[in-house]
Amino acid sequence: MNATSDVAVVVDGVHKVFGGAGADDVTALAGIDLAVVPGEFVSLIGPSGCGKSTLLRLIGDLLEPTAGTVTVFAKPAHQARLDQDYGMVFQHPGLFDWRSVAANIELPLELHDWSKADRSARSAAMLELVRLEEFGGHYPRQLSGGMQQRVSIARALSFEPRLLLMDEPFGALDEMTREHMQGELLRIWRETETTVVFVTHSIPEATFLSNRVVVLSSRPGRISSVVKVDLGDRTDDTREDPEFFRIATEVREALRAVEAGE
Amino acid sequence: MRLPRLWAAGPPLVVGVVGLVLWEGAVAGFGIQEFLLPRPSSIFTHLLEDWAVISHAGWETGRIAVSGLLVGILLGVLLAVFTTRFRVLHDGLAPLAVAINATPIVALAPIFNAWFGITGTLSNQAVVVAVVFFPVFINTARGLTDVHPAEIELMRSYAAGDWAILREVRIPNALPFFANALRLAAPLSVIAAIVAEYFGGPQDRIGNVITSNAALARYDVTWAAIAMASVIGLVLFAVALVVERVSMPWRFAGDEEITEELERERQT
Amino acid sequence: MTTKRMLRTAVTVTVAVVILVALWEGYKWVGDQTGGTWPGTTVDLPVTSNDITMPHVGDIAGELFDDIRAGRQTMPMTLYLAKKAAVTFLEATIGFTLGVVVGMGLAVLMLRWRFAERGLLPWINVSQTVPLIALAPIVVTWARLQGYPDMFGIALISTYLTFFPVAVSGLRGLQSPDVDHVELMRSYAAPWWATLVKLRLPAARAYLFPAFKLAATLSVVGAIVGEISIGTKTGLGRAILDFAQRYAVWPERLYASVIAAAALGLFVFGLVNGAEWLVMRRSRQVAG
Repeated sequence: MNATSDVAVVVDGVHKVFGGAGADDVTALAGIDLAVVPGEFVSLIGPSGCGKSTLLRLIGDLLEPTAGTVTVFAKPAHQARLDQDYGMVFQHPGLFDWRSVAANIELPLELHDWSKADRSARSAAMLELVRLEEFGGHYPRQLSGGMQQRVSIARALSFEPRLLLMDEPFGALDEMTREHMQGELLRIWRETETTVVFVTHSIPEATFLSNRVVVLSSRPGRISSVVKVDLGDRTDDTREDPEFFRIATEVREALRAVEAGE
Repeated sequence: MRLPRLWAAGPPLVVGVVGLVLWEGAVAGFGIQEFLLPRPSSIFTHLLEDWAVISHAGWETGRIAVSGLLVGILLGVLLAVFTTRFRVLHDGLAPLAVAINATPIVALAPIFNAWFGITGTLSNQAVVVAVVFFPVFINTARGLTDVHPAEIELMRSYAAGDWAILREVRIPNALPFFANALRLAAPLSVIAAIVAEYFGGPQDRIGNVITSNAALARYDVTWAAIAMASVIGLVLFAVALVVERVSMPWRFAGDEEITEELERERQT
Repeated sequence: MTTKRMLRTAVTVTVAVVILVALWEGYKWVGDQTGGTWPGTTVDLPVTSNDITMPHVGDIAGELFDDIRAGRQTMPMTLYLAKKAAVTFLEATIGFTLGVVVGMGLAVLMLRWRFAERGLLPWINVSQTVPLIALAPIVVTWARLQGYPDMFGIALISTYLTFFPVAVSGLRGLQSPDVDHVELMRSYAAPWWATLVKLRLPAARAYLFPAFKLAATLSVVGAIVGEISIGTKTGLGRAILDFAQRYAVWPERLYASVIAAAALGLFVFGLVNGAEWLVMRRSRQVAG
């Protein structure tokens, strides 16, 4: 593991207020301090409105903090976006209907002036990574939801970012596809050694995927607790492991505490 | 939320005023001949001078345009409702209507003159009706048929019959489409009326005032008449906007942003 | 359009034409029988059914395939009309192209600057209330003074009609992409114009094609109206006007020329439909 920096993401004293001054404003996040180690898989979980998506967007420089700083690989988040240090995956695959699967994966590469040859090679490699090798020439509407989401992941990874930001990417999928995708994601994570920050509202999902689960409270969003997940390498059997159940329960209790209002 | 609405009139007013000033200046500055493009001030003056002739002509043409517009709208809506009820007819007629709409309907003007005579208003009214009918029919029909299947399913679960579905679901759904068609049809009716006039008829109509004065190189009167024709078109367009506003109050209630958000949600 | 639908449309059109012909001839027959009144009453028929006002369909068809003397030449009517139509088509094409350029230019302008959208869009909406035929003689005179051929002046009238639907639908289409897609492009730190080219323009196609269909037919109307209003020597508008003036002698010719105008409108409409089919084949179908 090459660690050019000791910490991948540092969120320091971040506040986010929407709506400006006055009675209309909404404090989405207050006093968030979070550090993510390179290669780590961190989940953000919490009730609706707790600001987990907002936090993700702050890390990705799609929003600016009202106070505090966000540092990604020792640079300000803004610079990290300009340098394309991260890839983002949303809940809806957001593929362009008018582009083929391969062309969709190549989109960020086109934007960064890669040559046609390099782009083709990379998109082929990505298709292999997500196990969709034969679908390069297909169009998004010919693919199922799960497959589209895999393409979305392939696109996010196409320029080999060191950080992957994922906002409930499996939310729209059915349970079995979801579990399968979780396994695939972990495989890809191990193979590419990226750092992942993953937003979800599913307790088993957070527990299965992460090294750490960050539980957020809502209104305003604060970090309520952090649960360490020591389950070693996950397999399909992990979900039936008593230790998995214990940790998931710990996460659930932490969430209940949040819902009860601390 | 009164202030934001008034404020919204700001930019077009600015553009309009700047445009008028530039116009006035350019004609004077570049020495553009009066006949090609007179100054706005000069058009206004001539409009007042020849008011009697021009306003009478405007009234004549306006009558034809409005009467044709109303009949065209009525026919368009009726046929749209009728063909929605009988879906088979709709699938057959709609493409035909679209195709006919693609043809230059105003070319029928001389034929209508032959049929209904040049002196009365009927032949010109017929042209207006023909021109207006098709966009109204096509748009309204689309609004009546392009309904969320979920809404129809809901009504069927209440054992609602076809007429109830028409009333409660299709017609409200069709209103924005109809309003859109109205906005198109209003200025179209004026244009159709004027084009029809070119093929002959009493000289006291706006189209004929324009062309006969242009032929006599009396461009001042020509431009004043053009201005009048535009005013008629504008008035009808404004009426169409008012009708839209009045018939669909829910679209304009509350924040503009929220309505847009709801529109966007509706599309997914 | 699937083959089944195309077949259905073809059948409907044929049936409609047959019904129309039947009604036409039926009406004439009734008029001949009753001497110009509704059967069993003394109320006059709205349109006289004599052969001058309403020539037999067969005669009109015959006229189409007959010869006509044009100047010193004699040629089949279809060829005559086709030549006229070609001129009109050229004017319409130039007008359409210019209209698309102007319309898209305005749409991009209004996309980029909110002030431009707020300030220009109402005026664009209102622009179509100025009756173009009134401007036609003036536009063409200006073009003549500048040394441009009449064809160009007439094309400008087509441009005036064309730019409007393109600008309005173009703007809607350019603004149509989901928030998600726009955010995606932002996450790539894509500059404004890259988002325009790679996201907004492709997304706008679904809105642009209906507008192009409308604009194409409008450009034909504009060309014909332009020709009529300023006395050019060529073009379908000219032909219609000529035949209208000689109606009493050759009524069938007027009908033939109007049919030719309709055919031109349909042809142009079909061209855009074809283009749409080619371009949008694999993407999701038309929206808006």
